[in-house]
Amino acid sequence: MWQAIRRWFDPRELRSVGSTPDYRFSLANERTFLAWLRTGLALVGGGLAVAQFLPPLPLRHLREAIAVVLLLLGGAVAVRAVDHWARTERAIRLGEELPASRFPAVLALTVGLGALLLVAAVLVDAVGGR
Amino acid sequence: MTDRPGPAEPARRPYPDPDGGSGGGSPRDPGLQPERTRLAWRRTALTLTVVTALTVRQALSGDLGGLLLAGAALAGWGAALPIYWRRGTGTGPAPLDGRSLPAVALGATVLAALGVVLVLRGL
Repeated sequence: MWQAIRRWFDPRELRSVGSTPDYRFSLANERTFLAWLRTGLALVGGGLAVAQFLPPLPLRHLREAIAVVLLLLGGAVAVRAVDHWARTERAIRLGEELPASRFPAVLALTVGLGALLLVAAVLVDAVGGR
Repeated sequence: MTDRPGPAEPARRPYPDPDGGSGGGSPRDPGLQPERTRLAWRRTALTLTVVTALTVRQALSGDLGGLLLAGAALAGWGAALPIYWRRGTGTGPAPLDGRSLPAVALGATVLAALGVVLVLRGL
């Protein structure tokens, strides 16, 4: 794991494998990374917005818990973005298959499940609040 | 009127021809990939700015520790901006720079960790 992290920060290591690809492939890979980074930043921003703009919820500390989950998710997305970028760049240089990943599916399910829970919470609140 | 080169000037080739420079290709990448990549960096810089502003707002809630954390967030933003600027401006494809991408990802992760600390501090 530490070796992988060291690899992210060493451009020479990345350039040493395989052959230099058509620069457009590298740029596309870079843009994909940036799109993921914005996704991560959006989750971080969403967590901060929940903490700052949501009124206190009936359950104690639920608001802070939602905020922390979103913040952690955002950080994980950023880390995973750079890992996937490095592995993709390596695969392009070596002419290998691009790395497959379960991460998008997991993230989509997590966000979808979170949204469903919030819908349920809103409905319960609307019915119970009468 | 403008300082752009007129049509009489010979076509320049600001970008390497991916087809090997046989002369048959267009003078620049018709997919505008370098431009799209630069705009992606600028979009990301804007997002970072918004998130930094939210972080500073979260931090500025009274005590000295919050003030210091807000300063740290602003300092990190200031340190990251030159990277975004370098990759987001200029002409031609920027060479692959293996350090910029991990650095900005690290910045986003630190921002997330700082957010967790700030939210937990407010409890």
